[in-house]
Amino acid sequence: MTAGTDTAVVRRDGPGLGEAETNARLARSWATPPGLWGWLSTVDHKQVGRRYVVTAFTFFVLAGLLALAMRMQLAGPERTLLSPDRYNQIFTMHGTTMMFLFAVPMMEAFAIYLVPLMVGTRAIAFPRLNAFSYWVYLAGGIMLWVAFILNVGPDVGWFSYVPLAGPQYSPGKRVDFWAQMVTFTEVAALAVAVEIIVTVFKQRAPGMSLNRIPLFVWGQLVTSFMVVFAMPAVMVSSSMLIMDRLIGTHFFNPAEGGDALLWQHLFWFFGHPEVYIIFLPATGFVSSILPTFARRPIFGYTALVLALFATGFLGFGLWVHHMFATGLPHLGNSFYTAASMAIAIPSGIQIFCWIATLWDGRPRFATPLLFVIGFIVVFVLGGLSGIMLASVPLDSQVHDTYFVVAHFHYVLIGGAVFPLFGAFYYWFPKFTGRMLSERVGAWNFGLFFVGFNLAFFPMHILGLIGMPRRVYSYPAGVGWDELNLLATAGAVILAAGVATFVGNVWHSLKHGVSAGDNPWGAGTLEWATSSPPPSYNFTHIPVVTGQEPLWTLPQGLPAQGLPVVGGLRVDQRELLLTTVVDADPDLREPSPEPSIWPLLSALAVTALFIGSIFTPWAVVWGAIPLAVGLIGWFWPKSPPDTPEPVID
Amino acid sequence: MSRALRIGSLGLALCLALPGCQGVQSALDPAGHQAGRIAGLWWLFLGVLAVVYLVVLAGLLIAASRPRRRGVLPNGPSFAREERIERRLTGGLTAWAVGTGAIILTLTGLSYAVDRDILGLTDKAELEIEVTAKQWWWQVKYNDPVPSRSFETANEIRLPVGVPVRIVLKSQDVIHSFWVPNLHGKTDLIPGRVNETTLVADREGRFRGQCAEFCGFQHANMALDVVAMPRDRFDAWRESQLSPAAAPADDLARQGQQVFLSAACVMCHTIHGTTAASRVGPDLTHVASRPSLAAGTLPYSKGNLAGWIADPQRIKPGNQMPITSLSPDQLQGVVAYLDSLK
Repeated sequence: MTAGTDTAVVRRDGPGLGEAETNARLARSWATPPGLWGWLSTVDHKQVGRRYVVTAFTFFVLAGLLALAMRMQLAGPERTLLSPDRYNQIFTMHGTTMMFLFAVPMMEAFAIYLVPLMVGTRAIAFPRLNAFSYWVYLAGGIMLWVAFILNVGPDVGWFSYVPLAGPQYSPGKRVDFWAQMVTFTEVAALAVAVEIIVTVFKQRAPGMSLNRIPLFVWGQLVTSFMVVFAMPAVMVSSSMLIMDRLIGTHFFNPAEGGDALLWQHLFWFFGHPEVYIIFLPATGFVSSILPTFARRPIFGYTALVLALFATGFLGFGLWVHHMFATGLPHLGNSFYTAASMAIAIPSGIQIFCWIATLWDGRPRFATPLLFVIGFIVVFVLGGLSGIMLASVPLDSQVHDTYFVVAHFHYVLIGGAVFPLFGAFYYWFPKFTGRMLSERVGAWNFGLFFVGFNLAFFPMHILGLIGMPRRVYSYPAGVGWDELNLLATAGAVILAAGVATFVGNVWHSLKHGVSAGDNPWGAGTLEWATSSPPPSYNFTHIPVVTGQEPLWTLPQGLPAQGLPVVGGLRVDQRELLLTTVVDADPDLREPSPEPSIWPLLSALAVTALFIGSIFTPWAVVWGAIPLAVGLIGWFWPKSPPDTPEPVID
Repeated sequence: MSRALRIGSLGLALCLALPGCQGVQSALDPAGHQAGRIAGLWWLFLGVLAVVYLVVLAGLLIAASRPRRRGVLPNGPSFAREERIERRLTGGLTAWAVGTGAIILTLTGLSYAVDRDILGLTDKAELEIEVTAKQWWWQVKYNDPVPSRSFETANEIRLPVGVPVRIVLKSQDVIHSFWVPNLHGKTDLIPGRVNETTLVADREGRFRGQCAEFCGFQHANMALDVVAMPRDRFDAWRESQLSPAAAPADDLARQGQQVFLSAACVMCHTIHGTTAASRVGPDLTHVASRPSLAAGTLPYSKGNLAGWIADPQRIKPGNQMPITSLSPDQLQGVVAYLDSLK
């Protein structure tokens, strides 16, 4: 179409175009091509988000099975189910998979799916980068697991301390696969973080000023900034490790002037914020679920947002509490004690606001709320044991023991996985159009809660009575036998809880009750569209007048009663950009079509990354296909799509 | 939600009932000044934080179950924010945050105090022991200003009761962590660095220490015995360790010594008083006086010693000691010889 064409063919939503016609045209503009090609080239954030969810959950189950294998080995003293070599690979794979391939990607998955819906826009920012990030993440995960199956799985822990992980003490390729997996997943995580930041800053529906942003979105925004600042540290350190191993640099070799502790500083500068990168999105789940089921707007919105920011900042000042035993100066350690203790204050504020919301509401105890209550019970205990770990003297006893294993499972399963299951039950209707069974949900919660506490509470005591972490076996007669057996029994019940969930999903996908747009009577924008949402998310971009837009409607009015803004093109992919603070309409911006180039570029990146495990030349020759991929991806279109100012 | 609590108190009761808390590797059964102070701090933290936990659980329980006003709508908010309630809750939040801050400050102060107190021992050390961690055993050297009065042992540390001992910590290969929970918290041994800690035993006893930083294949079997003994017995033990190995007393032991000095054994081990002077593996000059074998893997006995020499890779797979092809007679001789090295 040339510039001279009759402007009448440019169709915009609004008066003059009927609802049915608008929807039909939007569906055509935003459609993903059918068949395998469409599957490979899609840039729809909902499809990519669903893939992330399914893939991350698969890794969760796999890593959970590894945990079961470890519990079987440790059920009694001196058992020989697993050899030390196998056990070391298994505990490394468990931690690595849970942290890099499950927890962070799962939280990103929810951000990818929900943030655009919650802020009321048609698509995520940089949708092709989004598709690319998924393929890179998938490739990294598959590479690691194929290596593990081929007995080349990493065996030096998810933290890969040098010099144990260095070329001298870990010859072979095991550690290289680990380090390269980090590179893969960090590329993916950084891409998603940038998308979320831009989506939240520039694509919020008109009227969604900063003080009306849903807390889930705030959580994801703060998390994304943490990713942007934390992930480079681990990419730098893993790249230095790869160079030490591949081309003989000596960053971490003390014999050549390198430093073994440098690794720990860099790794934990990432590793501690990582915990909050996992936890803050989960607080978003809690802050979404609670108001809906307490049927009351969240108490302390401003305090909760500030708590997110405080956690985000303090989270970067704690890393040395992972290194209290390394002999750093004691005055320095004291600062990190204070910072680590201080983070209890924003966490305490969050807990208070959530309980207060429940207190003042009229709760309906559906499964999502059960998981939120379970979250408070479990996470608070983990937070309190965290206060113990902040103390240098206490940490010097329990550091690297089962006490720490208990602590961080209370924090991570309690703080992230309980809310995550709540989120599954809460948003499953939105994702699929069907409800999960509430009856099975109660069983799921019960088994998970009991199994979890039975598995992990005894570990506190085990650590105090001397059992170190990461041991494939322990001697009889030290007094650890009974508690280990108890923990193994708990792990089996926990696994049964997860199996119940999988069964519930399996059954409900086909036979679940049809959900409708807003089955829970929730207040945020993702419930203002159909379940599952159409490819273009909303027929018209809503105008936001409160923190819970759907609750500002007069009672009984359906979501269609929301005020809307018109004027976006319906015959092309177009987004409404708004200003950062007040979300005033600013620009109309084209959004990219489906493309195969993100997949091809991801494949080129994969070839380069995996090749460079074996030869540095892969970086040189691998750059060629990657350049081709990127050139294809960014090839200029004619006529160029350019943002246009909002006229009306 | 009270289930976690019940499990918690049950676990605690269980712990107190079990012999575990009184164990040879327990931070809750202190036998030294530092471990004692830390255990005291632990019970204090536990008490304060348990009260906090109970308050949160009580709040949650009441929030979830308190009676409500009637007239709930099926969907959506039952009522919007009410000024009065919001104000009251905000007051509560402020009090809660201030309370949290006060508790945190108190606990931080207590932690600092204990930390300083523990460090106060550093300058009072009367003895120096140099521990070098190797995959997967501990080389232990008793340093003395008179070089000829220094000696080496492995996988065991003996301490005189009541005497602060400086432990100098080094690593020859990867990062390890030195941890004897009954006496003190852990300190890492890091290649390229020298760390220090101080131990003091308040009472006699035999304790178990273990490497607490993952150090590879046999991290699980890298333990050491710590024996606290009265000063006079310690001095006697020290004198005995300073003496060279006893000469073999019978034919079998003599033959065993010959085998030891001509087989692969001599390539790695030292026995003072013989030509064996290699420093790859543990010093065996007084091996039979030690409580355990292979860094706490097996209790010391003649039978375990024979089993260990016959096939160290079966007992501790991946360790650095190779299988030495000895005939049964030779093995018997070597075991008899080593068993005579008290």
